[in-house]
Amino acid sequence: MFNLEKSDLTLLIAVAVLTLFAPFILNPFPADSAMAQFNAGYPDLMQRFVIFGIFAIGFNILFGLTGYLSFGHAAFLGVGSYAAVWMFKLLSMNVIPAIILSVIVAGLFSLLIGFISLRRSGIYFSILTLAFAQMMFALAYSVLTPITGGETGLQLALDDPRIFGQSQTPEGNIPVPGLFGLEMRDSFDLAIGSWVFTFNIGYYFCALVLIASFYLAIRIFRSPFGMMLRAVKSNQQRMNYTGLNTRPYTLAAFVISGMYAGLAGGLMASMDPLAGAERMQWTASGEVVLMTILGGAGTLIGPVLGAGFIKYFENIFSKINATILHEWFAFLPDGLEDFIVAILYPFIGKGWHLTLGILFMMVVIFLPGGLVEGGQRIAAWIKGRKAGKTTAGGKTEPAE
Amino acid sequence: MDAIILQILNGLDKGSAYALIALGLTLIFGTLGVVNFAHGALFMIGAFCAVTLSRILTLSHTIIDETQKDFLGNPLKVDVPYVHDIFGVSAGNAIIDWAVPLSVLFAIPIMILVGVIMERGLIKHFYKRPHADQILVTFGLAIVLQEVIKYFYGANPIPTPAPEAFKGSLDFGAIIGFDPNIIIYPYWRIIYFAFAAVIIGGVFAFLQFTTFGMVVRAGMADRETVGLLGINIDRRFTIMFGIAAAVAGLAGVMYTPINSPNYHMGMDFLVLSFVVVVVGGMGSLPGAVLAGFLLGVLESFASMREVIDIIPGINQVIIYLVAIIILLTRPRGLMGRKGVMEE
Repeated sequence: MFNLEKSDLTLLIAVAVLTLFAPFILNPFPADSAMAQFNAGYPDLMQRFVIFGIFAIGFNILFGLTGYLSFGHAAFLGVGSYAAVWMFKLLSMNVIPAIILSVIVAGLFSLLIGFISLRRSGIYFSILTLAFAQMMFALAYSVLTPITGGETGLQLALDDPRIFGQSQTPEGNIPVPGLFGLEMRDSFDLAIGSWVFTFNIGYYFCALVLIASFYLAIRIFRSPFGMMLRAVKSNQQRMNYTGLNTRPYTLAAFVISGMYAGLAGGLMASMDPLAGAERMQWTASGEVVLMTILGGAGTLIGPVLGAGFIKYFENIFSKINATILHEWFAFLPDGLEDFIVAILYPFIGKGWHLTLGILFMMVVIFLPGGLVEGGQRIAAWIKGRKAGKTTAGGKTEPAE
Repeated sequence: MDAIILQILNGLDKGSAYALIALGLTLIFGTLGVVNFAHGALFMIGAFCAVTLSRILTLSHTIIDETQKDFLGNPLKVDVPYVHDIFGVSAGNAIIDWAVPLSVLFAIPIMILVGVIMERGLIKHFYKRPHADQILVTFGLAIVLQEVIKYFYGANPIPTPAPEAFKGSLDFGAIIGFDPNIIIYPYWRIIYFAFAAVIIGGVFAFLQFTTFGMVVRAGMADRETVGLLGINIDRRFTIMFGIAAAVAGLAGVMYTPINSPNYHMGMDFLVLSFVVVVVGGMGSLPGAVLAGFLLGVLESFASMREVIDIIPGINQVIIYLVAIIILLTRPRGLMGRKGVMEE
């Protein structure tokens, strides 16, 4: 089916099931229980899971396959957001033209930047992409304020033309983004017992886009084109010696991943119609690098896992505060309780970035293949245990 | 003419900071071959050494002063810094006033220690890993260091003033024959520039004229052969890492009066410093210094009103623009050596 091998098809189905049933899976705790704060099944967060998942899948096509580390990918996401919001302002509130335009605009920008940056490789490529992204960020903040809205960001207004739509609703409000009458922010709550599951139209729209993008990524990974990109990663010199010009391939990969970023930006603007320059800052580019590495660069499922992981813990960890910690450890004697809370406190709440930094360092140091490699190692270990002592050892690690 | 001189002067202090950080980055890259994304964090830690010392110096205890009364007639409570007790009131006040210059002495051992721990504890294990891994792990380290500082010092900038004696400005124009009050330049920025010049000169002299420096230079040229001669080159490179950290830290210490330190100042400078290093030529120490000053001065020229009127926004992007042009036309940077980091 879909021209996929069996293992890839399983992966695609797994991703599809996970995303489509996310409102159930992410809400394992009853709504009014003490554990409810670990529920991630609310629309805003779920949308971010899939949007950043798309962003990371795209980044992985460049970094995971070709090994070119771009530190400026957030610029394409920002450009995509601006393009989408301008579509909402000028054309109509339908998300389809907005997303199409954001993909096209991001594609054009990445074609230009990629064409220049890909003349160099290694750290020079990273610096060039970083320089371009920082330039775009600085310009969006200052000179391009008429187009980008500057510091306040680009917002919808009541007097926008919206040629095919309406400038304002009959009640005098700004219309909301929608898809042929379905409003993106509409939700439907399903209460089963004390569990409440929220089904949001915007989320399902993003989820379908994610599944489509994931399918496309699998096809790219398994295609001769993807094989060529992997060859570039493993030894570009040898590729050149065989008389092959690798530049068109890397440029194509760069543009594809830029378009993925634009798609993510367009979706982000469709869920919440505003765009700001801070989405283009280099820390935002760093974030997608983190997601990809954390999940496992070069693997199919890794970036999606990484994006979900980071966004989940960012939201959940930063909500935990000292009071909640005290509740958790209330069973301990007072002195010990205060001690443990004092130790844990810097890592939660506002200290979430500290945890993220440490985690990221740990992954780079011990698990260069990310969460996926971690999972594989555990699986191999369990298999090795099951096989018992008859098979000697199993996989051996080469000495460093 | 006067405007041009003024812009050159304005560019020098920022250029000094770029040059110092870029020098440290290049030292690390040239010796250990490691791309250190945590170098901006070292700059930031240096700045917070100054903050810490000024906090230590102003540690106070409260006494009840019988000679002063508040409006109700009760004796007034006064905070007395401990340095007053130790050195007397006037000397104590002078010490507090001179907290930032004193921090230089305070910061050197701390920064060398931080650098050595960083190299031995983390970076040592990354020599043989690809550059991408080095970038990523030091990027993670930078986040961690930044967040630790944020946890202890908060997210707001902490004003750390220069000593009273250097608060004013020098009428530079009057000295070289222009009308007074046209080219005025704060004393502290002159000091910063002079300080940077001394440090840069010191590092170069150290590498050029000492046996230790000679060995390090030999190691930069051919690490393996130096090792085969029975020299423990790793230990020397570790010390160079400490020195590079100290250079970045001192740049941070002295920068505090110009710009109040906050926890993300390192990241802000890091991106620019990398651009500086790349423009100067990866692995070239003179190139890093030259590019640092060059880009600092260019940046201040680009922020002249006349220039902005012609090309709006140029002041925001000039450095990146120059970097892109240099990278595409002179792939090795201004003074890069052949064969260093060329893929």
